[in-house]
Amino acid sequence: MSTRRTTPRPAFLVIPGSVALAFLIIPLLALLWQAPWGDLASIISSPLALDALRLSLVTSLTATAFAAVVGVPLAWLLARDVFPATRLVRAIVIVPLLLPPVVSGVMLLSAFGRRGFVGQYLYSIFGIQLPFTTAGVVLAEAFVAMPFLIITLEGAFRTLDRRYEDAAITLGASSWTVFRRVTIPLIAPSLLAGAVLCWARALGEFGATITFAGNLPGVTQTMPLAVYSALESDRSAAIALSVLLLAVCVGVLVALRGYYLKGSSA
Amino acid sequence: MRLGRVGAIWLAAVTTVAVSVIGTEPGAAATAAPVGTITVSAASSLTDVFPVIAAAFEKRFPGTTVRFNFGGSSALVEQVNAGAPVDVLATASEPTMWKAVNAGHAGRPLLFAKNTMAIAMPPGNSAGVTSLSDLSRTDVITAACAVAVPCGSAARDLFARNGVTVRPVTFELDVRGVLGKVMADEVDAGIVYVTDVRAAGSAVTSVAIPADRNVTTTYPIAAVISSANPVTAKAFVAYVRYSRSAQGILRAYGFARPW
Repeated sequence: MSTRRTTPRPAFLVIPGSVALAFLIIPLLALLWQAPWGDLASIISSPLALDALRLSLVTSLTATAFAAVVGVPLAWLLARDVFPATRLVRAIVIVPLLLPPVVSGVMLLSAFGRRGFVGQYLYSIFGIQLPFTTAGVVLAEAFVAMPFLIITLEGAFRTLDRRYEDAAITLGASSWTVFRRVTIPLIAPSLLAGAVLCWARALGEFGATITFAGNLPGVTQTMPLAVYSALESDRSAAIALSVLLLAVCVGVLVALRGYYLKGSSA
Repeated sequence: MRLGRVGAIWLAAVTTVAVSVIGTEPGAAATAAPVGTITVSAASSLTDVFPVIAAAFEKRFPGTTVRFNFGGSSALVEQVNAGAPVDVLATASEPTMWKAVNAGHAGRPLLFAKNTMAIAMPPGNSAGVTSLSDLSRTDVITAACAVAVPCGSAARDLFARNGVTVRPVTFELDVRGVLGKVMADEVDAGIVYVTDVRAAGSAVTSVAIPADRNVTTTYPIAAVISSANPVTAKAFVAYVRYSRSAQGILRAYGFARPW
């Protein structure tokens, strides 16, 4: 931080870097410039917008909680190489991250649709149909967002100093106690970072959701779907909803500035 | 409002050009001959029929290439109004087209086809849908279009006209979204166009709606004002509306004539 050397600023880095920055800033400013500021309050407080926002928050947080409960253990198993083919398992975990979300939606339909691989039994035995339900939205969001959490946590588990765990075991702690009282606190910053990445991805999820869960206000129409639907009829409403979503994201970024806005990694 | 007159003038212009190009002196009128690539934004219910018409057009005017951008009519209009580099716009209803015309982005539209609604079901029809009133049953899962797109406003009008209360589980953003959900057997029924049922073949079964209880929609087509290739754009518009081959292809795909 306090070096006397003046940082060199070579043009071959400054110019493309500025292009990158402008590329990211211009759409942001354009959205704010086009926003219907006069009508913003009334559009955002409309039942449709509030329903979509509530639904988005509920489903993305539920999906993140689900991802944490089952994804953290999977990350641990991956980090400790308990699988015969860790690399293969990791590849499977990463697939939804690389796939176009609409393909994830098609896969989910094949698996959990009414005529799906698993879904047909859910439907015939329990009468459960996941598509077109809020649970279906959670499923779609968790499917595409969980890899972010797992990959972040696997890295954390791998770089963890295992002597702390060994010491706890030597002192007679059970493996559950070690995991809960030693391992998790040590990786807490990564858990938060992974959970936020996962949550942000879930909040923004569109393709898998509309493919698997459909588009019904109040039930499956999350904010991104509401924005896209509004584009069909009322562009200024779509922009207003986008501004609202942007505000939510900025709010989270500000709340977690310690993790994401730091100049150097701790 | 009928737009046939203006279209007729167009046809005259295009035919003159075509005749002069193909008939007598290729070099003389070459500057005004349709050539090059155009992009056509078309309603998703035209997904199957327009490529066939385009192939006929490209054969009729060698050197032309027609590319497509299919989607919900309202979204296509929004794209054009936002300055999308599109040459021709074809929507599934007149009100959607007027939004582009009134904004000064589309030229005078010609009505080129008419469509009506049908109920599509998965092949087994396990829910036993036999009429529109079955869709108000709580055990029948129904998909429809969002009201903002033509197939959605048509579905709403259809339900209202027949006095049935239907609660769709999803409002798709174009008609092929509805058809897809039916073909995937995720819904028991979907409100689509009769042409979609025909296009889907054996992948769906359907119930026809009697003409006196049905609703219709007419399809306008127009050249986009800012088109970089207005000659070919206008030629395509005239071709779809006036050529015997384009109209024959539309009939073969189940579209009625709007005049």
